[in-house]
Amino acid sequence: MLRGDLEGPDLDEYVESRVLTTTLQKAQNWARGNSLFPATFGLACCAIEMIAMVSARYDTSRFGAEVFRASPRQADMLILSGRVSIKMVPVIRRVYDQMLEPKWVIAMGACSSSGGMFANYAVVQGADKFLPVDVHVPGCPPRPEALIYGILKLQRKVFEQPDLGWRDRYAAHGTEEGERRRHAGAIGVERAGTSPADGILGGDGDVAVSVKEALAGAEAGAHLSGHEAQDAAEYERGPDSRDLDPPGPDAGDKPGG
Amino acid sequence: MSIADTTRTEKQLGRDAIARTEAQVIGTSPIERTALEREEELFTINMGPHHPATHGVLRLLVSLEGEVVRDLKPVMGYLHTGIEKSMETKSYWKAITFIERMDYLAYFFNMEAFCGAVEKLLELEIPPRAAYLRIIHMELNRIHSHLVGLGTTSLDLGAISMLWYAFRERDKILDLFEMSSGQRMHTRYFQVGGVIEDIPVGFEKRVLEFCDEMPKRIDQYEALIDQNEIFLQRTRNTGVVSKERLLELGVTGPLLRAAGEPWDLRKVSDYLPYKDFEFQIPIGTTGDNYDRYRVRMDEMRESVKIIRQAIEGLPEGPFSSDDRKVVLPPRHELSTSMEALIHHFKLVTEGFRVPPGEVYFPIEGPRGELGCFVVADGSAKPARVHMRDPSFTNLQALRDMCVGGYVADLIANLAMLDPIIGGIDR
Amino acid sequence: MPDAPGLELIAHEINDRHAGAITGTSYEHAQAALIVDPQRIREVLSHLRDAPEHEYRFLASLHGADYLPADPRFAVHYELLNMPRVERLRVKAPLVDPGPDALPEIDSVFELFPSVEFPEREVYDLFGILFRDHPDLRRILMPEDYVGWPQRRDFPIGGDPVIFTNNEHTVPGWVR
Repeated sequence: MLRGDLEGPDLDEYVESRVLTTTLQKAQNWARGNSLFPATFGLACCAIEMIAMVSARYDTSRFGAEVFRASPRQADMLILSGRVSIKMVPVIRRVYDQMLEPKWVIAMGACSSSGGMFANYAVVQGADKFLPVDVHVPGCPPRPEALIYGILKLQRKVFEQPDLGWRDRYAAHGTEEGERRRHAGAIGVERAGTSPADGILGGDGDVAVSVKEALAGAEAGAHLSGHEAQDAAEYERGPDSRDLDPPGPDAGDKPGG
Repeated sequence: MSIADTTRTEKQLGRDAIARTEAQVIGTSPIERTALEREEELFTINMGPHHPATHGVLRLLVSLEGEVVRDLKPVMGYLHTGIEKSMETKSYWKAITFIERMDYLAYFFNMEAFCGAVEKLLELEIPPRAAYLRIIHMELNRIHSHLVGLGTTSLDLGAISMLWYAFRERDKILDLFEMSSGQRMHTRYFQVGGVIEDIPVGFEKRVLEFCDEMPKRIDQYEALIDQNEIFLQRTRNTGVVSKERLLELGVTGPLLRAAGEPWDLRKVSDYLPYKDFEFQIPIGTTGDNYDRYRVRMDEMRESVKIIRQAIEGLPEGPFSSDDRKVVLPPRHELSTSMEALIHHFKLVTEGFRVPPGEVYFPIEGPRGELGCFVVADGSAKPARVHMRDPSFTNLQALRDMCVGGYVADLIANLAMLDPIIGGIDR
Repeated sequence: MPDAPGLELIAHEINDRHAGAITGTSYEHAQAALIVDPQRIREVLSHLRDAPEHEYRFLASLHGADYLPADPRFAVHYELLNMPRVERLRVKAPLVDPGPDALPEIDSVFELFPSVEFPEREVYDLFGILFRDHPDLRRILMPEDYVGWPQRRDFPIGGDPVIFTNNEHTVPGWVR
């Protein structure tokens, strides 16, 4: 092929079929997703299945996630595997804070997702009470294949929108992550008082408005794709009271919207 | 360095650095200098609870003098789940799922301890087929626990290949569990009165294949690390505690057997028909870490022998007791018998009542004496359940094992102690 | 296990030596238990450990129990084991609840059996039973600043309420 052999659209097509073009953001996300380094955080029984996931039969090395870093500074994924006891909460929070951005958390198993079978005084009912969790993997313990599926879901999330998700969707009121982002200007929310807990419950009644603003700001800034756009729209609409009650005798009416 | 500089460093850096900086000032080499001076200050460091080598969330406060451990304080409770209290709110049948998650590598043993205690309270006999099935699953679980323990021990000592090989065998054992009960871990396979379901067709063949293959694999592991110079240096003569001291501390299991005391509850008590099988108890001589490792390897071989004898001599018959007031009827009966349906309903909704009493039921778990203390008050829920966990008492020996040795030996000692924090913290 | 008559003999023998130490015996499901006056626990256990015809030198377990509607409310159980003869004996020390402002107390047997260091701390942590002269009595499983004795029968089980559609609007942060 010499210069001048192809012109115009032929040239474009030739180039497109041979050269991979992408944005830097997409390339970065692709690299990040394919090399998630988990921090060793095995708590209980799920930890054994996590080690099994890394071992020869269910090899996560093929997805890039087998290098378990002992130091949280070198890790970008925290797999909370096991029941979270109340004594352990400050320790986990500290380890999470020591990790560098961007970081993700997988709550593996029923106990870290929601307290599991232990609804008692000693177990925190879900790690998302004190940590932002990106993927919950159900099971008691989940099979290694289930955990790999969770990691693949996280990878897809990282490829598409690593920073979007629960933080912007729920505007992260009253959490450290939300406050940091608000101060960094990512979410533009007017606040009456200075306490982070002001906006969430009661306060001056501007909650819904500020949340809408946050969403509008987030939507303007970022592009929600596919099911996330649907979810965000549904969130904005609010819960459908029609969905809560069973259909009555005149259920033949078409639900609006 | 001027005098002003040394006073600043004294406040910031600490005494060790002062020794070195003074040496630089005065002119003798730092190595000579520190060899002459005795370190007299104890330096307490915190290991864990998040640490690559603490086998779970155990926190150790270690007081060091140089590299030598002078004192050790374990802090636990980072996995306390309130299992014992949760069980008081569930019926006996539903409490089995709680108790099996206590010592999460020995789940069949947890189930056996609890079910055995409740069966004792009810004076219920289990049929021989159920007893043999229980023994088979428990010995498979013992091999599984020792494999995971050896794998993680080798990971701590640096021989990472052993971890992959151990987990390869572990997956084969979990395939067997999945075949008989449908779950890899926490199978909920035992119930009060026997086992919950009979083994499927093909299970016996698979178990015999496993028994044929496993001794060769154990030979492979031994070939890998038995003669390894680094492994021998790290485990020989480290962590030695005398047999008498271990007995004072209440230690049982492979640690006690490695120190030379031939105590194994499988041989001395008759909670299950172990006397039908011919097997030996491996005993160590000095009680150092290398003996503990060898005792565990040989225990795996003996367990394979027990499994082979059990599966070849598996008696025919029912897999759970006939007492329908306590034991769930087999599912195929539900479609034909009305009483079976009523019993099933009563057992699942309310559960069976246990006459008042208290009992302590000890069995030999992979880490030592696993005992279950159940207080029944006549209702359908246990009034108090306490598990005497071997790791909890064995942990008291950690201080004796580590004091006087190096920090590196502490890692080896902790690994060979094989603590399971789920059992310690319950 | 000493059988029922053997148990009675042991009880009489100890009562001869230390009058009034054994307040009862219990033999059920082939397990023998001595019920002991909690103030005399050290004498009884040292006798059982050292007397040549008993020699229960191994303490397998120490645990507590709360029998709430019954009185005495608490009990500390000691599981003794004689290894050469393979005999187990349970010693039960019932403790009365002294009311909401004080904690039941019993002597620690740490000098007799060093294996009770952690179990006694656990019973203190979960039931609030004080062991006098324990070298280091503090909480072991709960956080150090926890208030309450979790395993007592009147301590609530805890956890979060289950969220249904009829109470989801009262749970903070669930529905906005």
